[in-house]
Amino acid sequence: MTKVFDSGNVACALAVKDVGVDFVAAYPITPQTSVVEKIASYIAEGEMDAKYLPVESEHSALSAVAAASAVGARVFTATSSQGLLYMHEILHYAAGGRLPIVMANVNRAINMPWCLYVDHQDAVSQRDTGWIQLFAASNQEIYDSVILAYKVAEEVQIPVMVNYDGFLVSHSSMPFETLEQDKIREFLPALNPPWRLHPQWGGTFGNVTPSEEYVPYRYALTEDIKKAGDVIVRCSKEYERLTGRWHGGHFETYRPEGAEYFLFSMGSMGKEMEIAVDLLREQGIAAAGLRLRIFSPFPEEELAALLPTGAKLLVFDRNLVYGSAGGALLQLAKAALFNRRDSLQVIGISLGLGGEDLPASVLVAKAREMMEVCK
Amino acid sequence: MNIKELPEIEYIIPGTGACAGCPSTIGLRLVGKALGENAICLLTPSCAVASMGMTPKTCYSFPALNICFASAGASGGAISMALDPLYSKKRLEGEKPVVFAWVGDGGTYDIGFQGLSAAAERNDDFIFFCYNNEAYSNTGNQRSGATPQYVPTTTSPLGKEMLQKNVPLLMLEHRPPYVATASLAYPLDLYRKVEKAKSIKGFRYIEIHMPCCTSWKFPAAETIEVSRLAIRTGSWLLWEAENGKLSLNGVTAALAEGKRKPLPVEEYLKAQGRYAWLLKSPDKDYYIGNIENNIRRELEFMAGRAKL
Repeated sequence: MTKVFDSGNVACALAVKDVGVDFVAAYPITPQTSVVEKIASYIAEGEMDAKYLPVESEHSALSAVAAASAVGARVFTATSSQGLLYMHEILHYAAGGRLPIVMANVNRAINMPWCLYVDHQDAVSQRDTGWIQLFAASNQEIYDSVILAYKVAEEVQIPVMVNYDGFLVSHSSMPFETLEQDKIREFLPALNPPWRLHPQWGGTFGNVTPSEEYVPYRYALTEDIKKAGDVIVRCSKEYERLTGRWHGGHFETYRPEGAEYFLFSMGSMGKEMEIAVDLLREQGIAAAGLRLRIFSPFPEEELAALLPTGAKLLVFDRNLVYGSAGGALLQLAKAALFNRRDSLQVIGISLGLGGEDLPASVLVAKAREMMEVCK
Repeated sequence: MNIKELPEIEYIIPGTGACAGCPSTIGLRLVGKALGENAICLLTPSCAVASMGMTPKTCYSFPALNICFASAGASGGAISMALDPLYSKKRLEGEKPVVFAWVGDGGTYDIGFQGLSAAAERNDDFIFFCYNNEAYSNTGNQRSGATPQYVPTTTSPLGKEMLQKNVPLLMLEHRPPYVATASLAYPLDLYRKVEKAKSIKGFRYIEIHMPCCTSWKFPAAETIEVSRLAIRTGSWLLWEAENGKLSLNGVTAALAEGKRKPLPVEEYLKAQGRYAWLLKSPDKDYYIGNIENNIRRELEFMAGRAKL
């Protein structure tokens, strides 16, 4: 175990090196760039036994890692914003192919107009591509989530996207700890996929498929993603036993004891929310923080089970569902609680778009506005 | 070598969904024989995919992955590159397979061109085959960047106004180790070029001219005859280039050196229904004059390039 003080992007690159990735293909985009620069330098300096393909676009980056995954390599790519959107076709392809790819998406607002700073519109707009999506909020959580992502992806044969906030986390230096090679090997054995694109295995993949075979294939993907939530929590607990590190299961809760208002968010906003909760508690308001770690599959039953009687859910979305009140988390939370916990009040806003600053004071003010509506 | 001495092993099993006379199937059959059984194939959406059989059936006996339309350039190099650490880390043993992509002209000239260009520039280690039937035949004959001038398609109903690109030449000027063109009418030339490509490391590009009886409108039995007319009229040129050094091959070389006169292009045009409107046009001579000028220009241009 080594203690490091560096950026979120370096935490990500270190995890990719430490898990023994075989193949990386990537295209540079702000604010992802230093992840792939760091990986390229690890490979060039012989610190990482892998190949790096400097492709000419994100569509090609994901096309490359998907094909490399099909021959049995452990693969990685990283992107942000427009890059993720440009990958859209291959996101579906990779999930349909059940390829255990891990990708970091450094969240950034999308065009137009151009904006370099954080929001979650990029990831949220790729919700229905069949990927598992994790959201990390600190450099330690990025490092640990990348390792966890390989464990989960290779067990359930579904690609995993590890999201973290552009600049706020990607470029902020924080202390974090790495993990010894023997412990990583214990947690994550060498990749041994059930099939490979190779003459020793044979077979043709992705052929034109009639409806009667296509339908069960699609249902299997959605059922397996649904089950992946529990796999993520089980693997997180296994990782905790090995390392003592715990960032939460489906959610990270903050001061839930006796809480009436649950301030629900994801990404770094969820960490700032802890300060907001402290401030509200000082004002005599029974507030708690609820930070979502698994955006897809959205933990519907777990959310319904977590909230106490009479709880009020205040949803803070760093994205927009255009034309609707609030964002994706609000819609998903409402859908999760409908018919399960109909008596609970749910209210939400979208904020923090394009990197709009969200200090705890702003979160407190917004929370109080929503509390007024709840009354 | 004669055609009877080619390996007897077949990598395309009878009973494919391809049309009678399908040039892609003929070409892939020859390519398979030259590459052998230790090969991995990538396919982009095209007739070669539509005709391979519906899941779980397949007519190809080599391992094949169907990838997205614009993906061949990136996926081909990635597979080859990703195999290296798997062999060096002893997770795979034996000889590394040859990787090849089998892509139509749409996937090469149009939607896949960016990825193809990048793969050539990086000198990625795989063979990119373009099977050029000069249209989107799989979707019912729409125009592509490879469709020649004056050819009507469903999306150029009055005949395409502009000339096709010269993608083999563009590939050559990316400076990869091997680029070649080929024709189904000269199967031993094709076979030799594939064997040659197999022996070279790095990016290799082979484009095969593929007269398509359904889009070009000729009888299914005449695929090879139309292929031969394309070469003899100078409408398709046979050449290869190793490390940028270009040489014209066979009939094309004889045409360029003046040892042989090209057949009148009308012989080639009248073998195909897609030029029927032009041959009946009052401006027929004008059109044919333009086509012949272009043939002369291309032949002179490539002969000049061969002198570099």
